[in-house]
Amino acid sequence: MCLSIPGKVLAIRGDKADVSIQGNLVEVSLQLVEDVKVNDYVLVHVGFALEKINDSEATEMLKVLKELKNFT
Amino acid sequence: MKYITEFRNKDDVQKLAKAIGTYNGRPVQYMEVCGGHTMSIQRFGIPSMLPESIRLISGPGCPVCVTSTGFIDQAIALSRQTDTIIATYGDLIRVPGSNSSLENERGKGADIRIVLSSLAAIQMAIDNQDKKVIFLGIGFETTAPATAVAIQEAHRQSLENFYVLSAHKIMPPAMDSLLSGDINLDGFIAPGHVSAITGSKIYEPLVEKYQTPVVISGFEPLDILYSVWMLINQTQNNTPGVEIQYKRVVNEGGNTKALELMDEIFEPEDDWWRGLGVLPNSGLGIRTQYRAHDAKQWLPKNMELPKEPVGCICGDILKGLRSPSECRLFGKACHPGNPVGACMVSNEGACQAYYLYGNG
Ligand code: SF4
Repeated sequence: MCLSIPGKVLAIRGDKADVSIQGNLVEVSLQLVEDVKVNDYVLVHVGFALEKINDSEATEMLKVLKELKNFT
Repeated sequence: MKYITEFRNKDDVQKLAKAIGTYNGRPVQYMEVCGGHTMSIQRFGIPSMLPESIRLISGPGCPVCVTSTGFIDQAIALSRQTDTIIATYGDLIRVPGSNSSLENERGKGADIRIVLSSLAAIQMAIDNQDKKVIFLGIGFETTAPATAVAIQEAHRQSLENFYVLSAHKIMPPAMDSLLSGDINLDGFIAPGHVSAITGSKIYEPLVEKYQTPVVISGFEPLDILYSVWMLINQTQNNTPGVEIQYKRVVNEGGNTKALELMDEIFEPEDDWWRGLGVLPNSGLGIRTQYRAHDAKQWLPKNMELPKEPVGCICGDILKGLRSPSECRLFGKACHPGNPVGACMVSNEGACQAYYLYGNG
């Protein structure tokens, strides 16, 4: 039920967007989000975009992981 | 697949698991609240990557699992009324009620249709003006905003034949109830997609009250392992707080637009959770201004008291007290092909996750 999947916004028409999710084109409502633009990634849940995905935070997390040290 | 593949990188997973393996503190038990996390944890074999001193237990965050048998009974009663269409997410269709399931009723001719979105139910109401369309609203803060949008739409379009039977629930009261109970918890892996809506701040009162570490986690193996790492650090340094691992989606304040809409449409009410019982202000009822769209008005008076399936220990599993393998029916009378209890029906249920990935 809480399953939500990242997808890329390809086109926007009013409060609807065409989103590519794992290669499938899906129509998604933008009624719960603000300032979404074409090429943004959004998290999609039951036909709605829940949030924009913050790319710099994703990159930062991966960097933190690379630099991780053991417990000492 | 951006934001998925890179968080499953095998080398990074191994390196992180190895780092966690160097933990030599006291034994700890962390609960993953969300059923989506339970599924990921079983699917990616996370428990086998952790040292014995770190145990993960699954919690009450599977919407289908905690939904009451009484709610299914109500949905069934509504589906038997004339000129009624029940619109539901597929997850609910096989959940056993006291004497039947929605799937069963559909087989007997009830008009029960699966929708992928609440807006599809709105369209159904537009296309079938001579019928009542009743949408079954289940799910936590992640899913409730989608139902709120539908009610708002129905209100705006004066769609008089659209109704919602709400069993929406909110997470913090359930977490509070667990911490005040008899289970020993050293921290929560908090639900990522609930928190995308609510923000991290909703857990702060819990930490203040119980001094229990909380880390909001993503759903890929690296997310979950790193969240465990963050929890261990909080435990070892004795610095309980709310931390966000899943920063690419979650922030402190949450999704204001969705929160405002939820508040416009819903109001807190007491609600029953499987395993936890009635928790004050843990459910979302429809506000009086939108009462015209509340399906409760169609419920028959004097419904029989619901009956839970005999032998099913789903309630204890949702509280983290027992594991699926401790159920006598697990994998025998109860399996995904013939689910006895809700925890085996839902693909976020602990019983189904343990069954599918062989960790009973
Ligand atoms: S295995 Fe089936 S009967 Fe046993 S607790 Fe899980 S859902 Fe209930």
